[in-house]
Amino acid sequence: MESIGVLMPIPMSPYLEQELEKRFNLLKLWTVPHKAQFIKDHATSIRAIIGNASAGADAELIDSLPKLEIVASFSVGIDKVDLKYCKEKGVRVTNTPDVLTDDVADIAIGLSLAVMRRLSESDRYVRSGLWKKGGYKLTTKFTGKIVGILGLGRIGKAVAKRAEAFSCPIAYFSRTEKPELKYKYYPTVVELASNCDVLVVACPLTEETRHIINREVIDALGPKGVLINIGRGHHVDEPELVSALLEGRLGGAGLDVYQNEPEVPEQLFGIENVVLLPHAGSDTTETCNAMADLVIRNLEAHFLNKPLLTPVV
Amino acid sequence: MADDDHSELPTVLVLRRCPFIALLEPKCSQKFNLLKAWDSPLPQDQFLTTHARSVQALLSSGNGPPITAQILQFLPSLKLVVTNSTGLDHVDLAECRRRGIAVANAAKVFAEDVADTAVGLFIDVMRKVSASNRYVRGGLWACRGDYPLGSKIGGKKVGIVGLGSIGLEVAMRLEAFGCSVSYNSRSKKPSLSYQFYSNVCELAADSDALIICCGLTEETHHMINKEVLSALGREGVIVNVGRGAIIDEKEMVECLVGGEIGGAGLDVFENEPNVPKELFSLDNVVLSPHQAIVTHEAFVDLGELVTGNLEAFFSNKPLLSPAVIN
Repeated sequence: MESIGVLMPIPMSPYLEQELEKRFNLLKLWTVPHKAQFIKDHATSIRAIIGNASAGADAELIDSLPKLEIVASFSVGIDKVDLKYCKEKGVRVTNTPDVLTDDVADIAIGLSLAVMRRLSESDRYVRSGLWKKGGYKLTTKFTGKIVGILGLGRIGKAVAKRAEAFSCPIAYFSRTEKPELKYKYYPTVVELASNCDVLVVACPLTEETRHIINREVIDALGPKGVLINIGRGHHVDEPELVSALLEGRLGGAGLDVYQNEPEVPEQLFGIENVVLLPHAGSDTTETCNAMADLVIRNLEAHFLNKPLLTPVV
Repeated sequence: MADDDHSELPTVLVLRRCPFIALLEPKCSQKFNLLKAWDSPLPQDQFLTTHARSVQALLSSGNGPPITAQILQFLPSLKLVVTNSTGLDHVDLAECRRRGIAVANAAKVFAEDVADTAVGLFIDVMRKVSASNRYVRGGLWACRGDYPLGSKIGGKKVGIVGLGSIGLEVAMRLEAFGCSVSYNSRSKKPSLSYQFYSNVCELAADSDALIICCGLTEETHHMINKEVLSALGREGVIVNVGRGAIIDEKEMVECLVGGEIGGAGLDVFENEPNVPKELFSLDNVVLSPHQAIVTHEAFVDLGELVTGNLEAFFSNKPLLSPAVIN
């Protein structure tokens, strides 16, 4: 398989690169100065693209690679891949579900605790010597708060399981109600936001869910409510979120994703009721290795004409 | 009975002002006559001799002046010490026992908040929450790229030191994250299925992380020493929501600076509010200013419990949260 061209647009994981290099002809697009020319030069050998949360495959890229057979994404979210076009062109698409579910759910709870109990802010308080002048102020208890989950898929369910261990009642909004789960269903996102203390975004990004967290939802969540975004930046109307936080219309936010990563609205840097992570939801050594292994196994299966392990298309 | 003849409310002595007492005062002063030692120009000993001889109840704060045998000597009528803390290391329990003075503490009222802090600190250290928050706020994500990878929580072996009400709440939470929980405690709890270790060093050797949830006593002082930290190992993480002195702080700092343990989440320190400055430059350490119990909700619950204990005492009813002091 060493002659199979696999295009990787941006760095994602040294381990993944290493494993791909062992098996394929890995083309690292970020290392070349003239990217468009490079793609033209290698167009006839590129049969696979490695995608991730930031880089996928749009119609233009797919059209420039006539030998493209598969897009293997190093992520579970594949909003950057034109799935419809892939289907039309017979290009397979795989992602990395399940292996990262726990890590992402862990971060949702970690962010909730960090925001409500001001863990990051009081760490800063101690490091700056302020503790010597007086204790930090009262914070808000997390146990027992109502956790609203937007999207009750694998990750949403894993968040619910953890929140339940903190005696948090669980409410949710999903495309369809799931009566087998004993959680409170709300038919609209605004109603969910009005009836929970912490709102966790855990659904895929699609045309329908773009800006699903808008001004109305933010206002419904309110000055004591906390928004946790572990989905995609575009789930949230970011300028609205920023102004709500600055004006005190929203109680707090824990964000792992943004509209235009790695750019983060600088107005958020100085406020104490937000915690900002650099899209680290699945960023553990164990999980990145597991994701990389899944990408490799999907590619190997494809090129050996075996069934894909985690196909999306 | 009240020292002040003009008041019919029972008297409760408070030695030093603190934020908790200030919060409690509006409600408390309707039911009790708060005798405030700090309000007087007299030095404390003189104040107590002059005004507190018939005081039966003392309201103490966990980080206030210790209730020593010397102080108790000035209070011959004292029958009750109510503290706003779960920890009792600031009260001379032997002397209370000798004098027949009952002690009421905060029991389980904070257990959830402390457990939340312990888990929050644990996730923070493992997943580098505060460190990467700093990284993003410093504008470094855009120019330096992704932050280094953290460590997965699921599947990790967590050793809880002290499986009382707080330790149990921590255990329940961590199970939901897929951790396997073991513990060391004064005695095995046969009704629980967690693996018991009678030796804290053995627990550390078999754990990826230790969470300190026990009280500070003579036995637990510096219980987490160099031997235990070495057993925990280079990848091991320690979280402390008990008392600073349970850990040999100097040893722990050396281990952290030398990379001999993987990281620490600390809410308590040996000499608060002083924190060893070597820790300030470490990204694998999360520091918290003894605030595991400092939530609005805990203070409301605590206020009700403290008031409830005092009311029970003065109406000759059983205390709501008597501490066992043998």
